[in-house]
Amino acid sequence: MSVSVSMKVNGKTATGTVEPRTLLVQFLREHLGLTGTHVGCDTSQCGACVVHVDGKSVKACTMFALRADGAEVSTIEGLAKDGALHPMQEAFREHHGLQCGFCTPGMVMSAIDLVKRHNYKLDESTVRHGLEGNLCRCTGYHNIVKAVLEGAKAMQAKGV
Amino acid sequence: MGEKGIGARVARKEDQRFLTGNGHYTDDLQRNRQTYAFFLRSPHAHAKIRKIDAAAAKSAPGVLAVFTGADIAEAKVGSLICGWVVKDKNGEPHKAPPHPALALDTVRHVGDPVAMVIAETAAQAKDAAETIAVDYEELPSVVNPAKALAKSAPQLHAEAPGNLCYDWELGDKAAVDAAFAKAAHVAKVDLVNNRLIPNAMEPRAAAAEYDAGTGQYTLWTTSQNPHVTRLVLSAFVLGIPEHKLRVIAPDVGGGFGSKIFIYSEETLLTWASAKVGRPIKWTAERNESFVSDAHGRDHVTHAELALDKDGKFLALKVDTIANMGAYLSTFATAVPTYLYGTLLAGQYTTPAIHVNVKSVFTNTAPVDAYRGAGRPEATFVLERIVEQAARDLKIDKAELRRRNFIATDAYPYQTPVALTYDSGNYAGAMSKALELADYAGFEKRRAESKAKGKLRGIGLSAYIEACGLAPSAVVGSLGAGVGQWESAQVRFNPTGNVQVYTGSHSHGQGHETTFAQVVSNHLGVPIEQIEVIHGDTASVPFGMGTYGSRSLAVGGSAIVKACDKIVAKGKKIAAHMLEASAADIEFKDGTFTVAGTDKSVPLAGVVFSAYVPHNYPLNELEPGMDENAFYDPANFTYPAGVHVCEVEVDPDTGVASIAKFTAVDDFGNIINPMIVEGQVHGGIGQGIGQALLEHGVYDEKSGQLLSGSYMDYTMPRADDLPSFDVGYQITPCPHNPLGVKGCGEAGAIAAPAAVMNAIHDALAPVGVQSIDMPATPARVWQAIQQANTKMAAE
Repeated sequence: MSVSVSMKVNGKTATGTVEPRTLLVQFLREHLGLTGTHVGCDTSQCGACVVHVDGKSVKACTMFALRADGAEVSTIEGLAKDGALHPMQEAFREHHGLQCGFCTPGMVMSAIDLVKRHNYKLDESTVRHGLEGNLCRCTGYHNIVKAVLEGAKAMQAKGV
Repeated sequence: MGEKGIGARVARKEDQRFLTGNGHYTDDLQRNRQTYAFFLRSPHAHAKIRKIDAAAAKSAPGVLAVFTGADIAEAKVGSLICGWVVKDKNGEPHKAPPHPALALDTVRHVGDPVAMVIAETAAQAKDAAETIAVDYEELPSVVNPAKALAKSAPQLHAEAPGNLCYDWELGDKAAVDAAFAKAAHVAKVDLVNNRLIPNAMEPRAAAAEYDAGTGQYTLWTTSQNPHVTRLVLSAFVLGIPEHKLRVIAPDVGGGFGSKIFIYSEETLLTWASAKVGRPIKWTAERNESFVSDAHGRDHVTHAELALDKDGKFLALKVDTIANMGAYLSTFATAVPTYLYGTLLAGQYTTPAIHVNVKSVFTNTAPVDAYRGAGRPEATFVLERIVEQAARDLKIDKAELRRRNFIATDAYPYQTPVALTYDSGNYAGAMSKALELADYAGFEKRRAESKAKGKLRGIGLSAYIEACGLAPSAVVGSLGAGVGQWESAQVRFNPTGNVQVYTGSHSHGQGHETTFAQVVSNHLGVPIEQIEVIHGDTASVPFGMGTYGSRSLAVGGSAIVKACDKIVAKGKKIAAHMLEASAADIEFKDGTFTVAGTDKSVPLAGVVFSAYVPHNYPLNELEPGMDENAFYDPANFTYPAGVHVCEVEVDPDTGVASIAKFTAVDDFGNIINPMIVEGQVHGGIGQGIGQALLEHGVYDEKSGQLLSGSYMDYTMPRADDLPSFDVGYQITPCPHNPLGVKGCGEAGAIAAPAAVMNAIHDALAPVGVQSIDMPATPARVWQAIQQANTKMAAE
């Protein structure tokens, strides 16, 4: 059985025909070719698939594509505007908050939502607890934490 | 040092694509007419396969083919190989039982692949696999390496009686026994080095395609060393000629050793792509990664250290049982021998050392190199026993080490376990580390913790590694099946920009940046005009890949050699252009100059002339500017350092929190400190993970993997780790052109011993003698309760 689904992804309408069991992450990756969102586990633990649905971070492997019907979805591909990186992306680059890059899209999407939820006011402990749903095997988190704290400042300064 | 040259914190070139979702990982690939594979795996630790009925799967919707062990055997797909021959004490090579890509008549661990289903979609392949009926006759299993050696233990392979792969030794046993006989004190430890599951965040994946028109196979795979994959599949397993097999390792999401090896899945995809006549892709689900990636560590060790009355180390003896798992993975045999026993001198002058290693087969996933590979195990043994001795003798742990360090003027230093150290300053690194960690102020902090009802401890780990793998002749004499040089090609384009082809592979290490800095430094070309290309056997001449902290020391050195050839040729061209003798041409900062004059020509001009040779010495010199180099190192490199961990234990809950972690490392010269620090942080994260959190646990009765998901295997999360203090001691490597030693594994090597020494230091006052990794709250709490009970009874 196939059903049709329609949502806004990074500001553009995206429609497709999916199986009811198709996950949002599969719809993004396999139907729309937005392969920046990654799959790192099968128990919704690793956070490599985090995207924003209606402005909130969501693990796209825990949500059926159908559930996102009519929603506004943003993915890592939609963050940079007019060729300029989002301040959080820039902070990750500046502070070496990524190595292999696999967890990075989910980490950045989670970080942005975390900063907004805390109204730009975060300390190291808030960041560490707030990112516990995103696994990274490369960095030991040291530079990710640094990047998120600096990214929060830059987001506030730029009003994003 | 320029703004972007050697020593500069250059932001990474690769980050733009990773930060914007434009990385190209294997699973991102979509080939025209692509199909999907799913592997049916054994649910049993050990069983005979009586029968496989795949009829329903073959006729299931979308299914193109189903293959079982019998099909593979009939097609003469070769056994997966182990590429390093370790000789037993008796001179015989290690036992090498067959490792079929699909189990033929017996499964030997949970996750052993039994059948491959290929279908139009991944879901169809998986659905069809569920209909395959495998009639298993369960057999008793053994997962514990020490128990596998018991006479009554279930036997895995007819080729390996007693489950013994080899019984190996190194060192002078008679000298060790003599030293123990005159020792004033003997310190003893019994240690378990816990099994770890590597868990790169990108699961293993592969895609294969066969071109019937050319007979060419292409394999995309999550590999740390695509050329080695091609060599092994060609020469040993599939028989596809090397020139008809192209292996591409695109962006790879972390490896940590687990992606060095050649596994069943990519082997079978390659083979089946011709059978099916369509591209096939497979991506591991995380549960498959847990049961089928090569695991790490898993040693059981008894060690004794003999000391004289002044605390000088006289001799060390070590007995280890190492778990190989059910089959030998690609380099499994070398890990607990030549990457372990040879490191047991550590940073010390211990004159006599003997190590005995029995490697055994068990009904578990294969065990092979995982970040550090043998060296973390050696460091753990040595640094745990050194601090045990310090506690026994009531000598300060730093002072005991200082009394035994190899002196800074003792290089080259021949250890009693084969290696010749080239350089180091161990006392210097320790002094810096103690200062950064405020070792002097520790007792005050301990008292403050005590006042709050907490137990504080501090531990050191003075580690050494043998990296920069490896001098080919040396490893060849020890049983390696390959050379361990690296290759590089530096190719200028006529417009003056540069493509650098390296046989190293980057899967997070930042080679595209570091190597560009090296080339920029040597040739004076801005790094924006340098492209580093890796990971494709069709473009990179050759490569041995990335492991053993070798990329910069060996791969970077090959690049320097190629740059030297560019300069040498450039001088001849410049001499012609400037009407001077080549001997008079100097090259600096991208410009050729006639010595002592202002006559000069930029490298870009020389390059243009080489490609548009209108005024060019064509009778003496070939046109073009494109140089190849191979570099085979003269020795290993020996990164070393001292890590200091301070923990605070809550005796009521058993939670051990890391209060402070300090690392001072000697990696020789440093090209990009930002990247190096990232490598150190990541290694420490994995080391702390081993010490406090991670444990690959198999049920002793059923052989099931109990820690087979992220719900059960405790990966370090952001709130499990502290920030780290990192410093350097720099003694350049004397035998490679960059003076570098390698930094990728240090943290994982040093940290476990530092953390566990700190925990033992914290718990010693309450009577806890010994605790194994991972020091989980439950284990720490129980150890404290047992010590309390014992103290109360006394």
